[in-house]
Amino acid sequence: MQIYICVKHVPDSAANITIVEKNRIDENLTFLLNPYDEHAVTEAVRIKDNLPDSEIVAVCLGKDDAEKTLRSAMAMGADRGLLIASDKNHDSIETAQALKAAIEQDGNPGLIFTGKESIDAEGMQTMFRIGALLDLPVATNVVNLDIEAGRAVVDCALSGGTANTYELSLPCVIGAGRGLNTPRYPTFPDVVKSKKKPVKKIAFYDLKIEPSKAGMKIVELEPLLQKREPKEIKGDAGEVAKKILRILKDEARVI
Amino acid sequence: MMKNIGIIIELDNGKIKETNFGMITLARAKDTELFAVVMDADAASVKEDLELFGITKIVEVCLSKDQQANPVVRAKVIINVIKAYNICAVFGLSTATGKDLLPRIAAFLEASLVMDCYAVDLEQNLVKTSQYSGKTIATIKVTGDVLVFGVRPNAVEPVKAQASARIVKLKLDESNLVAKGFRVIKTSEVDESTNINLVEADVIIAGGRGMKNGDNFTILSKCAEKLNAAVGASRVAVDAGWVPYSMQVGQTGEKVSPMVYIACGISGSVQHFAGMKTSGMVIAINTDGNASIMSNCDYYVKADALEIIPELIKHLEND
Ligand SMILES: Cc1cc2nc3c(=O)[nH]c(=O)nc-3n(C[C@H](O)[C@H](O)[C@H](O)COP(=O)(O)OP(=O)(O)OC[C@H]3O[C@@H](n4cnc5c(N)ncnc54)[C@H](O)[C@@H]3O)c2cc1C
Ligand SMILES: Nc1ncnc2c1ncn2[C@@H]1O[C@H](COP(=O)(O)O)[C@@H](O)[C@H]1O
Repeated sequence: MQIYICVKHVPDSAANITIVEKNRIDENLTFLLNPYDEHAVTEAVRIKDNLPDSEIVAVCLGKDDAEKTLRSAMAMGADRGLLIASDKNHDSIETAQALKAAIEQDGNPGLIFTGKESIDAEGMQTMFRIGALLDLPVATNVVNLDIEAGRAVVDCALSGGTANTYELSLPCVIGAGRGLNTPRYPTFPDVVKSKKKPVKKIAFYDLKIEPSKAGMKIVELEPLLQKREPKEIKGDAGEVAKKILRILKDEARVI
Repeated sequence: MMKNIGIIIELDNGKIKETNFGMITLARAKDTELFAVVMDADAASVKEDLELFGITKIVEVCLSKDQQANPVVRAKVIINVIKAYNICAVFGLSTATGKDLLPRIAAFLEASLVMDCYAVDLEQNLVKTSQYSGKTIATIKVTGDVLVFGVRPNAVEPVKAQASARIVKLKLDESNLVAKGFRVIKTSEVDESTNINLVEADVIIAGGRGMKNGDNFTILSKCAEKLNAAVGASRVAVDAGWVPYSMQVGQTGEKVSPMVYIACGISGSVQHFAGMKTSGMVIAINTDGNASIMSNCDYYVKADALEIIPELIKHLEND
């Protein structure tokens, strides 16, 4: 089975974001493999352990330096990489179209993985768009996956620790949630090996994506300013408790 | 020109969730007609509540139990509604259910979608949401024939606007509702009576490494019960196995906007802030006055949370 994993090259969540030209961020910072996509890679490797004939292909739409993220995915176990190179930022409609076109051009997906969301755009939608374009069933926030007899049985996490169980026919699109597994971080030899794995580069514009009439364009980015002015609550434990209660009652009005 | 707006109402055991009213308030705009779509109850039972907030049409859709549970079928129902009533914008909640429904609708229609938004301008088609782990606010221009919005629960203050509503029953064409290759095996019923939903809670009391062990979280639960609050946690508390992942607040956990967030033994990492910085009031209890949450909150207590919380419970009991 060919397993495709869509991996996104995203700014490190711990990095400070600087806004430039009103609607972009200064990209001079550490980028890495989107955390949820790590769960996707790990799961694909687990599946390959049971189906050794499988091939795992990591696909990324990004700038040239997104190759680094493909290498991370390969160090975690992907067999090769596919970089759709573009120097622009694309919304999830274009992204899904590009990922779909590149995957179709490359092979025959038995399974497509994504993360449940990217931590930069926080779009929560690319997996559904890929599924719709390929006419495949989709599940997101998947925390348990069993592949059996031509179908996938998945648990999708809801709030409160509960989950729904769905059955999807194969091929299908799986959006990995955090409960799915514990990412297997690469060892030094894995990293060395990943450097020798092949990465095929294609240009976004060579995919000849038809422009969509729908779109989402960022017109402005602003830092989320913290306007809070901390005030100290002093006293012994009893006094503090009383003061907190008063604040909850009179100021926040929640009790 | 009059615009028709669709609003997907989320119910819980046949009752309207409070957080729908903020969403309706957000969707209200000049020259619009508001269509509420009710898929899980008879429209008459929720009519008065919806009228109070300005709904003028209630679309009642009758689904079998099987269909109700299937997010693909639900998405196709909404697409039927969009076509039947010429709807140009659809609002739903960015809850766990919404995250599995709204993107399906947008994907099937190749329509624009912004999830977790808290401001929408339907005249200029501008939406505000957070990006980059909650560190920035993005204003996004959306285009297309149909716009889909996932509204962050609790992010908009509900404002009443009495209207009177008419119930319309939509007859569905079953052949349009096929969920290809997607079958529901089991759905879980969330027992809301014992487990207050984290993303919809008005008050959250959360614990981190400073809680020291899983047992101490029962103290938080006890306090939460008295406050009608939900219990949250930092990733450290989850990774240590003290509490389940479903309680994690942050960039890789739930994004919450309660009226009050009480952080106990949580340092306030960027990733934790990503999940709770839009809270109304933040109260931090931490032994370390230099913890970053102490300079990013409304009230702070420099003390042992394990001493403060039991006192708080005592006072709540005597109240
Ligand atoms: C990709 C990525 C994603 C992440 N996602 C998340 C996420 O979603 N959510 C999240 O929370 N974290 C997340 N993290 C982890 C995050 O970076 C921090 O490690 C974590 O938030 C710290 O948790 P904490 O505040 O409980 O622990 P610490 O940072 O260790 O803080 C413990 C605090 O408790 C105080 N304390 C100790 N004893 C007491 C006491 N008795 N009473 C009161 N205070 C006391 C200490 O002074 C300290 O400030 C993520 C990290 C990465 C790299
Ligand atoms: N540019 C991209 N390249 C590869 N995969 C992507 C890209 N953008 C989004 N994805 C995938 O889609 C998932 C959801 O992204 P989003 O819809 O932006 O939240 C991510 O976890 C990735 O797996």
